[in-house]
Parts: sequence; structure tokens; C-alpha cells
Amino acid sequence: MPDTLLKKRGPSLEFIGLSRHYGNVVAVDNISQHIEPGEFIALVGASGSGKSTLLKMVNRLIEPTSGQVEIGGEDVTTHEVHELRRSIGYVFQNIGLFPHMDIAHNIAIGSRIGSRPVLPTGEITELLKLVDLPTEMASRMPDQLSGGQQQRVGVARALSTKPGLMLMDEPFGALDPITRENLATSYRALHDRLGLTTIMVTHDMAKALLIADRIWVMSAGKIAADASPAQLLAGGYGDEAESLVAVPRGQAERLLARKADG
Amino acid sequence: MHEWLNNIAPAFQRVPELLAQHLQLSFAALALALLIALPLAVWASRNRHVANVALGFASLVQTIPALALLALFYPLLLALTALFGDLIQPLGFLPSLLALTLYALLPILRNAVTGLNGVDAAIVEAADGVGMTRAQKLRLVEAPLAAPTIMAGIRTAAVWTIGAATLSTTVGQPSLGDLIFAGLQTQNWSLVLAGCLTSAALAIIVDMLLGTIENAIATRRKRRGWTAAALLAGGLVFALAPIGASGDGKDTVIIGSKRFGEQYILAKLIGHRLEDAGYNVRYREGLGSAVMFQAVTNDDVNISIDYAGTVWTNEMDRTDSVPRPEMIDTITRWSRDTYGVNVAGPLGFENTYAFAVRPDDAENLNIKTMDDLARVSPDFVFGTDLEFLERPEWQMVKDAYPLRFKGERAFEPTFMYKALSSRQADVISAFSSDGRIAANNFVVLDDPKGAVPAYDALLMVSPKYANDAEFIATIQPLLNAISVEKMRKANYMVDREDDKKSPAESARWLAGQLENKE
Ligand SMILES: Nc1ncnc2c1ncn2[C@@H]1O[C@H](COP(=O)(O)OP(=O)(O)OP(=O)(O)O)[C@@H](O)[C@H]1O
Ligand SMILES: [Mg+2]
Repeated sequence: MPDTLLKKRGPSLEFIGLSRHYGNVVAVDNISQHIEPGEFIALVGASGSGKSTLLKMVNRLIEPTSGQVEIGGEDVTTHEVHELRRSIGYVFQNIGLFPHMDIAHNIAIGSRIGSRPVLPTGEITELLKLVDLPTEMASRMPDQLSGGQQQRVGVARALSTKPGLMLMDEPFGALDPITRENLATSYRALHDRLGLTTIMVTHDMAKALLIADRIWVMSAGKIAADASPAQLLAGGYGDEAESLVAVPRGQAERLLARKADG
Repeated sequence: MHEWLNNIAPAFQRVPELLAQHLQLSFAALALALLIALPLAVWASRNRHVANVALGFASLVQTIPALALLALFYPLLLALTALFGDLIQPLGFLPSLLALTLYALLPILRNAVTGLNGVDAAIVEAADGVGMTRAQKLRLVEAPLAAPTIMAGIRTAAVWTIGAATLSTTVGQPSLGDLIFAGLQTQNWSLVLAGCLTSAALAIIVDMLLGTIENAIATRRKRRGWTAAALLAGGLVFALAPIGASGDGKDTVIIGSKRFGEQYILAKLIGHRLEDAGYNVRYREGLGSAVMFQAVTNDDVNISIDYAGTVWTNEMDRTDSVPRPEMIDTITRWSRDTYGVNVAGPLGFENTYAFAVRPDDAENLNIKTMDDLARVSPDFVFGTDLEFLERPEWQMVKDAYPLRFKGERAFEPTFMYKALSSRQADVISAFSSDGRIAANNFVVLDDPKGAVPAYDALLMVSPKYANDAEFIATIQPLLNAISVEKMRKANYMVDREDDKKSPAESARWLAGQLENKE
């Protein structure tokens, strides 16, 4: 692949014996995993299996009970926490736009609080285009956008500071299938072009199989399976992975069968 | 129909000057409260213990009646003058500022904490997630989102402060309350109305402007917000303007008066004399009784009229009765030796507590003395002024006569006389120099046991002028020059409902009646 010849912006990532407990609940259970620079990881698993918790320990929105996270070989606690967060693009599961700022200001917030020069209007337009939103939306307030549109602004905001590492918690959950398809595809292209490292949480197994380099299946705080889409489709990665893959495969087979019936 | 309606225009004469002072005080208190409450609220929103302590304290302050809070600052600040000397002025602006500031804390603090804690947790997390520092989070996210709630608190505080500022009159800070208190005591309803209307209008206007700012923040209409802010700032400039102008000369004599008609008249009588002699004169009207004596000892007030029995019981803590000349002598020596206050002498009349009943009761039930009153007391309702039941004199009277009333009710002095004539009370603790006793034919009861001490009106001169021969000579002609009949007449001119005169007019009349003319 010619992409691998490009200089990678994305760092490597290392989880070392990482755990997070809430009283008796073990949200993340002793996870040790490695991610190469430029890799695209899809994180899947049942609701409550600990995906968000794992993601938030990377940018320290949640502190681990034990273990550590390293980015590019450096412990995440090395630098000031706000410096760490500014270097990571984070898309929130619950969107988290600032309701009192218009879309342009929401997107430019990273440059406003950082030492970077304030984002020029041209770049805001470009970011909006990237997430398939018209330029006019720049001056709207968040509550004047649909849920799916807000979610896309969240993605644009995360990208605005040109981070190397992207953590995306169900970034396209609220989108219609066509827009989702388009955005996922164009995000994957962007990931490749910029050489980002991405962890994307998703409930859409088909999407995960289609765009990710590697899929982690999470179950009860553990990584139950860690495999490429091809390996996962071939089977042998446990019941959890099997039942997740079974859904899109079954749908595809039934669709083909219907076509044949016609 | 009501004559006082015609008096409404002159009543507004002093409004501009008092309004400016009122504004100054309210704004200063509000600004200080903001300066304290907002940072405290930020801290409290991040620390539950701080929140508990701060809100607990602010709520506690709120339970203290404003009048009491104001009065409490006087002794407190007086104690501090021992440490800081002239930097601290225990009367006037400072105690008013502190009391009002404390009062304004609660609404600001409570709303700010509520507002800051009420910011959606997901949005706070987003602020963290994009890498805001604590300060950025506060400035860019928490403060703007909490702003409407905080503004609502500030509006409440502003309205309270402007209302409560009228009470600062009682500690010698001029405010719109001067009109209200003076009007209440002299039954000049147009004065009361002028004071109330102006302070209410001020509160409404400030509330509206703050509301406009609040609305402008919420809807991001910058022009409107700035216009309202500019109007508020303009008001502040107006309020501050007189400060520079009234840089008094050094020879300004401050004349104090307590909160009833006679005191307002005598203050003017003294003031007119001093002005004629070339002194600058300022009035501190409506002071509380206890505050007054301390103010004189402390040169916050230079000259006042106090009453022998008041000093005897309240200041000297004496409960024994001695003959009048001896009593005045003792007070004079004690005041000079303890405080350097010069009791220049008696004015010639007495204003004592006189138990008065309606003429029909006096006749039908044969009530002439306090002993007779004791006999009928189980069927009588006792009406008093607001402080009498707490005063040592009441204890002394109860010790001397077995009084057991059916009920006790306290009134503003003005209403006390009305209560007696309208049978809401059957006996009142009237003031012997009050013109309304004679005007209503009320019967004053004898005190055969001499339980109530003598209440000769005494001219008190603060240490600053105590040994100033020229000053003393100026006021000398007032001594022993006013008979109780003349004082009653002068009082009645102010207190009556028809052909009512102002204290200044009454004082002019009284000046022509002095029996000790030069
Ligand atoms: N603040 C908290 N206090 C207590 N328990 C928590 C807290 N946050 C998360 N948990 C628990 O930790 C577990 C993992 O939660 P997490 O949000 O990581 O799940 P998730 O995989 O992201 O689920 P979803 O797909 O529904 O978003 C859940 O059982 C959840 O109830
Ligand atoms: Mg989640």
C-alpha cells in the first residue's frame, strides 16, 4: 500500500494492565493491547461492556483504577492533562456541543483555547464540507441542527486541531444509513490521507468489518476478540464475536436469497 | 380632600440629593457583594464544604432583621476604631455598606452556585475533552451558561438592597429612608410617599435594566445589553457626582436627631442658631436611641438632645431614683469624666414617659394615678412605642406598681396616640411633651412612687466642641429657655393633621418663643 510510505501523523498506543472499577462493577478489566501508528481500530461490543470507559482513559476523562496508557511510548500522565486532551481528537457519544456558541465557534474552540492562531473561516468551511454540512450552518446555534447534523459538527470539532490520534465514540450513530455510509467512507479516506491513528466505537458491525483494520470485541470489560475483519469473518474468535458477525452476514444472505426469489 | 396631597410637590424637594446618596450606597453594597459572592460561588461550586459554610452563613445573616444588623455594626466598628483610628467611621456609610453587602450576599451566592452546578455534566465533560483549563472552562462554558441564573440572583439582590438601604437612615447614613422616617414620625404622609415612591421606582428601573442585560446575554443582542449597561453606569456617575462637590469644610457641625418629631424640631432649632453664627451644619436624622449617645461620645455627632432618664438607665445602668438636680449633676460629671462629653445643660422641659388614658375612662373608672391603673389593668390593653417594653423604665414601673395588662401592643409613636383614641389600646406610654396628649384631652396619670426617672431634655456636646467657648456661647441661649407648654405646641404643629408645619417651620416659631432671650 502506498499509504504506508507517507509519514504517519498518528502515534502508537499501548494499554498496559488497564482496569477501571466502579465499586463492585469492573467496567474495564485488566486490558493490555497495542496499536500501531496509523491503525484504524473498530471497538465493538454490547452496551455496558466498557467501550466508552476504555476510550476515556486515553484522554484521562476517566482515571484508571490501575494500569497505564502510553501514547507514542509516553505515559499519558507525563504532561498537563489539558495539553494531552488538546492533542487528541475526541468525538463524544452524547455529542457535547456548547449550546451557547454557534457552529463556527464550536468548531474553532480548540484553536481558541490553545496556543494556535484562531481558525480561519476557510478552514471552518472546509471542515464543514468534510462532514457533509453546508457552509451556511456555520452561523447557526446547535439547537437549530438535527441530531445527526450536530453529531457531524462534533466530528468536525474533533478534527479542527489536526490531531494525530482520533477517539470516536459512536460518531455516526444518529445518522441515516446513506449519510453514514458516505461519512464513514470519507472519514476512512481522511484517516489514510493524514496517517491518523483511530479508535472508533460502533454498534454497526457491518461498518466495522468494512472500514477498520482491526476489530476489538469487548465483553464485560475485557477484549474478547482482537482480529482483522477477514479473520473475524472466517470465525474461531469465540461466541461473542461469532454472534456479532452473524448479524450482517445473515442479513446479506437473506438479501441475496430475496433477490433470487424475485 | 386630603390636604397632604397638596404637599406632595415640596416633599420631593430633597429627593435628588437623597436619591444620589441612596444610589451610591446601594451600588457600592451591590458591587462589594458581587466581588465577594462570585468568587466564593465558584469555589463553592467545586467544594461541597465551602458551599455548606458559605450558604449557611449567608442564610443566617438573612434571618437577622435588617434594622438590627445595621445597629449591630456600630459597636463592632467602634471596637475596630480602637485599632485603626480614624480610618474607620462607625456611623454612616461604612456600617450601612457592610450590612447591605451582607444582605445582598445570599441571593447572589445561592443563584450563582445553583447556576454553576446546574450546567449539564455532558457539556462540562465536553469542555474537559477539548482540553480547556479550569479557568477556560469557567470563562467560556460555565459562566456563560450559568449567567441567566446568576443575573436573576443579582436582580433580586439589587431590589433588596435598594429597599433595605432606606433603613441606613437609622445609623446616620442619608438615604431615601430619611423621608420615610421623618414622614412617619411627623405624620407627613407626602414625605413618606415621596420616599417610598422614589425608592420603589429606583428598584424597578434598576431591575428592568438588569433584566434587559440578562435578556441581551441570553439572546446575544450585544447592542441592547450595552445600552442598558451604559444607562446603569450613567446612574452611577450621577450618584457619584455630588461626592466631589460636597467636600465639606472642616467646621461642619453634625447635629443628630432621634426618630421622633420633637428631635427633628430641636435639631433644626440648634441648626438655625449655628448657621446664623456662621457654622456649616449637617443633620444626621433618624438615629436609633442607643446609637445616638455613642455617636456623640465619638464625635460622629457633635450635638444632640438626650434625656436625663435615658442616659441614667441605658448608659449608666442606674435603676435608683434620685432628685432631679442631683441626677442632672451626676450625669454631667459622669459624661465629662468618662467620655469628655459636655452636658451643656437642660433645655427647660421634660419629656418623660407619661401613662395616659382616655378622659371617659379616667372619669368613669376613677383613674387618677398609677395605683388606680394597677387596679383596672387586667381589663386594659397597654399600647407602647416600639422600644418601651424592652427598656429598664418598664421594669422599674412594674416593680413599683402591680400592673398586669390584658394585652400589650407596640406601635410607631404616631399610631400609639391613634390607638388610644380609637380604643385599640386603653392606656399608652405617652411622651409628656407630646402635643397630642392635650389635643386629645388624654389624662396623664400621677406617679406617686416616683418610679419613672426624670427626663429633662439635655443639650449634649461632643468632645470636639466640648471646651469650645464660642460654640457653647452660641447655644447657651437655648438652655432653660423652653417650657413644656411651648414644646408641646411646637410638637403639635408638626404632629397635627390639619395645617401641618414642617419641623423647620416649627423650629422658627419656637425660636421666637424662647423665654431666655438674649
Ligand atoms: N460513573 C460511573 N459510575 C458507576 N458505574 C459506571 C460509571 N460509568 C460507567 N459505569 C459502568 O461501567 C460499565 C461500562 O460503561 P461504559 O459507558 O464504558 O459502557 P459502553 O460499552 O460505552 O456502553 P454503551 O455502548 O451503552 O455506550 C457499565 O456497566 C456502566 O454502568
Ligand atoms: Mg459508551
